[in-house]
Amino acid sequence: MTIQVVALLLIALAFYWLGHNIVSNLRQLGKDFDFGFLWSRSGYDINQRLIEYSNNSTHGRAALVGILNTMLVAALGCALATILGVIAGVLRLSKNWIVARLMTVYVEGFRNIPLLLWIILIFAIMTEATPQPRDFRGDNPDASMILFDSVAVTNRGIFIPSPVWGDGAGLLLIVFALSLAAIWAFRRYAHKRQEATGDILPVFPVSLGLFLVPTLLVYFAFSAAISRDQYPLMGVGGQQGATLEQFVEENRNPSICAIPDTAVVNLSTELRAIGQRADIVSVSSAAQMQESLQSGDCVLAVMPPDVAATMAGSLDGVDLVTLGQTIDRGRPLQFERPQLAGFNFEGGIQLRNSLIALWFALSLYTGAFIAEIVRAGILAVSRGQTEAAFALGLQPSRTMNLVILPQALRVIIPPLISQYLNLTKNSSLAIAVGYMDVRSTLGGITINQTGRELEGMLLLGLFYLVLSLLISGVMNIYNTSVKLKER
Amino acid sequence: MKKSVLLGTLAVAGLAAGVASASTLEEVQARGALNCGVTTGLVGFAAPDANGEWDGFDVGVCRAVAAAVLGDPSAVNFVPTTGQTRFTALASGEIDMLARNTTWTFSRDVDLRFEFTGVNYYDGQGFMVPRELGVSSAMELDGATVCIQTGTTTELNLADFFASNNMSYEPVPIETNAEAQQQYLAGACDVYTTDASGLAATRATFEDPTAHVILPEIISKEPLGPLVRHGDNEWGDIVRWTLNALIAAEELGITSANVAELAAGTNNPEINRMLGSEGDLGGMMGLSSDWAVNAISAGGNYGELFERNIGENTPIGLARGLNAQWTDGGLLYSPPFR
Ligand SMILES: N[C@@H](CCC(=O)N[C@@H](CS)C(=O)NCC(=O)O)C(=O)O
Repeated sequence: MTIQVVALLLIALAFYWLGHNIVSNLRQLGKDFDFGFLWSRSGYDINQRLIEYSNNSTHGRAALVGILNTMLVAALGCALATILGVIAGVLRLSKNWIVARLMTVYVEGFRNIPLLLWIILIFAIMTEATPQPRDFRGDNPDASMILFDSVAVTNRGIFIPSPVWGDGAGLLLIVFALSLAAIWAFRRYAHKRQEATGDILPVFPVSLGLFLVPTLLVYFAFSAAISRDQYPLMGVGGQQGATLEQFVEENRNPSICAIPDTAVVNLSTELRAIGQRADIVSVSSAAQMQESLQSGDCVLAVMPPDVAATMAGSLDGVDLVTLGQTIDRGRPLQFERPQLAGFNFEGGIQLRNSLIALWFALSLYTGAFIAEIVRAGILAVSRGQTEAAFALGLQPSRTMNLVILPQALRVIIPPLISQYLNLTKNSSLAIAVGYMDVRSTLGGITINQTGRELEGMLLLGLFYLVLSLLISGVMNIYNTSVKLKER
Repeated sequence: MKKSVLLGTLAVAGLAAGVASASTLEEVQARGALNCGVTTGLVGFAAPDANGEWDGFDVGVCRAVAAAVLGDPSAVNFVPTTGQTRFTALASGEIDMLARNTTWTFSRDVDLRFEFTGVNYYDGQGFMVPRELGVSSAMELDGATVCIQTGTTTELNLADFFASNNMSYEPVPIETNAEAQQQYLAGACDVYTTDASGLAATRATFEDPTAHVILPEIISKEPLGPLVRHGDNEWGDIVRWTLNALIAAEELGITSANVAELAAGTNNPEINRMLGSEGDLGGMMGLSSDWAVNAISAGGNYGELFERNIGENTPIGLARGLNAQWTDGGLLYSPPFR
């Protein structure tokens, strides 16, 4: 008891001393303790942003962009690590000698070499072994896009097509959601029926059919109905009935007003094909479009024919002409392909090398640990269980799914949680490849530009703490749901 | 028993808190070496040479201060810092001074609480692109991918430049110059931007420097100079007047070759005051009277340092330009020694 009191006092004193020291040292440096910097203009740009952000945004928002980037790579990493880990863990127990050895090599290779080396190695391979965007240029280029010209692998990252929602996308989504509900209902019904009668329904083919068929039907029906529609183009200045090519001769890299939909994506694709970059100004109504055209915010607009009819001739002070060319209205769901424009590929989604290197390295590294956890979990289920299942005539896949895994999961989940936490915290190694995670924005540039080390580091610590608690909270809920239920 | 333990802890805590910090000059003298923050490696400004000895224009300032304070230009521990770590290193006391291509700005001086002790290179931010891109002006860079060092004024200027010219760009954040060089040469970015002097120094190390052009636009003012922590004015004075001594020495014609001879006394009273044969300027700063002689003998005067490390006869080949003496139409102007 006395020892405990003394220990407590000592700890309290130590904390008091630390706090006092910080305060007096800060005072000596003439610095105060203030989080006001979070609301001041950041002044720097971030390449990967999942939310709206520019150098005019605040440091707080820059931190948020970083937080989302951290969560993105952590989520991607956890998912891939789990897949790799489960595959490697199961295969390491394979009776096939080569497969089992290969998995051993993978696990030992990644477990025993520092993560940082893997990150840098993958990054170096991605930047040094892949072509530059300008190698794709010319009539006889050194490099070309893959998968039907839809994916470009460059040393700045991998450019993939991005989905664009057009008219009818809402209906598509509703149908898809209904299909999912139907799948769920069917599975429940199949389960009930199996319990009641022992009949096994073809769950997988029916689910797959429900998943695909209704949505595809609606998609094709809608596309057939609207895809031949043409939207007129209106420009400020230029000649009535001119082609797009003639129009952009006067207006290089035109700014375009449009209600965001597939038509404007088709327009920017056409512009890129003639070497122009489009700067898209989103508007939400015909009136707003009119205003932007009048104020000079944009020089080109694409719109439905009925809107165009009201617009023609109704703008004072601005010489609005209808171009001779029209644009496809598009389908409910389209994929915008990356295209070489200017210095770089544009359109589509850019998966930057920094993200890919960090993601793969984290996944491969953590996957090796998860493989061991999965292997341990499976080995923890006694052989008798398998033998008993086989004796009952269960197929090996069902034995795995119905007998082994449910028991193994109880052993696997708790250590898996700490692997997820490790991966999340290790993502702060992003600094090695310039991935703009929260350590790089809030904990790097912001601290450096504002000199608020203490505040920044405290916030950073707080963020990782909260994120870790959240992850373990969610995983613990899952853990309770697979736990042995005592009735 | 309980009481004595308690008292003991209190005493320990009190002792630990009571250690007062000595002045930087005393610390440096007691240590016998100057901790000087430099870049992680920028040839001409600060980089280890073939023998592992740090050498360069910024390194010359560190050596001059060490010579003035300790009488020994080699009594320096060089601490490599990146754009992001340099300020923390200085504020925390890990280094006594920073001489690392650092731009004197209002917020660094006032808000970050540092003391710039002068300017040793008047610079501005420029752009370098591979010649084969065919770009001749920074205005043609819309949509380009740009390598920048994080934690610098460079990244702020860049954001302003592109925004005000209504252009877009993709920043590739990078920690050190070496990394930037590797990324740029691999084509992971189209453009490398930093201080024009840094571009020239970086280009000089390329296999084929002529394959790269530095664009004519200079988009900012970057007065680079040494800095110290705010608050220790005596130490700030020493660094400031050491730099001034190097600049004034060039103006007065004092070189590393003739400084020993001139120190014996001349008929120019300003030279006599500076070199210690008249008055006691050194003593006023708490240094020996031959402080300036030592500083100048360390690597020569400002002009000598410039010519040897980054001047026109080096691979870096920078002209004096703004960094000429005021008497030659430049901006270098040391206050008088009196
Ligand atoms: N002058 C700017 C930029 C300084 C800077 O980062 N300079 C680069 C190139 S000129 C450098 O010294 N790099 C060396 C290194 O990476 O350590 C500032 O103070 O923020």
